[in-house]
Amino acid sequence: MKVRLVDIAHARSGDKGDTANVGVIALEPRWYSVLDEFVTRSRVADHFRGMIDGDVDRFELPNLNALNFLLHGALDGGGTLSLKTDAQGKVFSTALLRMVIDVPDAEATRLQLPAAK
Amino acid sequence: METGEPLSAVRDRVLSANAYIGSEPIVEALGKGANVVITGRSTDTALTMAPIRHEFGWGATSWDQLAAGIVAGHIIECGAQCSGGNCLYDWRSIPDLANVGYPLVEAKPDGTFVVTKHPNTGGRVSVQTITEQLVYEMGDPHSYITPDVIADFTTIKLAPDGENRVLVSGIKGKPPTDKLKVSVAYRAGFKAVGTLVYAWPDALEKAQLADRVLRERLDRLGLRFERILSEFVGASATHGHLAGDQSNAPEVQLRFGVRGSDRAAVERFTREIAPLVLNGPPSVTGFAGGRPKVEEIVAYWPALIDKSVVRTKVDLIQ
Repeated sequence: MKVRLVDIAHARSGDKGDTANVGVIALEPRWYSVLDEFVTRSRVADHFRGMIDGDVDRFELPNLNALNFLLHGALDGGGTLSLKTDAQGKVFSTALLRMVIDVPDAEATRLQLPAAK
Repeated sequence: METGEPLSAVRDRVLSANAYIGSEPIVEALGKGANVVITGRSTDTALTMAPIRHEFGWGATSWDQLAAGIVAGHIIECGAQCSGGNCLYDWRSIPDLANVGYPLVEAKPDGTFVVTKHPNTGGRVSVQTITEQLVYEMGDPHSYITPDVIADFTTIKLAPDGENRVLVSGIKGKPPTDKLKVSVAYRAGFKAVGTLVYAWPDALEKAQLADRVLRERLDRLGLRFERILSEFVGASATHGHLAGDQSNAPEVQLRFGVRGSDRAAVERFTREIAPLVLNGPPSVTGFAGGRPKVEEIVAYWPALIDKSVVRTKVDLIQ
């Protein structure tokens, strides 16, 4: 079943220099396992291909039902150097929530995941 | 700090340099009876941790308690961003943002604390609002490095504790590094950003043509920049290609920026926006603000310095 992250997670993002971070948080604690399994480092790197120049790092925070991604080279130099509207990476968060993942039907049913509209 | 490039690359353009100091001098000042403490460039988190440490007499090696104070500081350092402001979770239901309540920390000697806000204020304190703030500007959650302690954000436990109250516990810390972070500010040239708005039909296509025309004009004028960035606000400025097809957008703003070391070239660019209204693609508006402003860029160069060479001093004013 196709699931869109905006239906199962919330998120906030910020910056450190030319790196944007995106913390993505499961809306229900039981959905964290879905984020952990399907929102992989390479999947996120593919999602943002063309929008960032550098690598992606991923960290797990199961205590907060959250993952943290670092998107390097995302901010056109960052800070005052950047010419971007989103020079501080504030809305990379919702850009990540556009991602659609493919969850096996049995797992999606068991976890009562909402299907992508 | 991140690139390994030596400071000599910008040394002759440096305007200021400030080491981020930790809680020690603030605790010392409070210990001497200060009612108000004016610090140099302290970390944001030390502003919260220091008075808690002073009150409970935590030692310089009480790593778990110090880390808890740092986490408390991280949660409230952006004010209402932990109490309903900029909160995506269930944002429509967050009450009375016009009177949003700023956060309060009720600290306990064991390092646990409750985050809440004043009664009769708007906003919300919940596990979700706190979690969003915890992940804000986060790097490696295992190592949130401060001058006082390294806090491990993967040990934080959050639990509801009544209306607009969240209990925070379980936090572990470990000894800090022997470095301090330094914020160096240096002159990095000039920039200017111009905008024009194109209306339906074919708003995006018109804005894209204007972008090409503008680039050709700059090229013909022989203007060279370190960076040119064009964005299409309303179509792809924030979400890029992820936003999908926006060819039917009601309006699209062309946002065109240049950056370079030659002030005259940046200045000349600012005179190329207005002519596009009469000389470029149709259905254009939004130029009433006049010519874009040239800004000098003061950029940020993060670096590390040995703690041993930074000395702090506390003066008490009676």
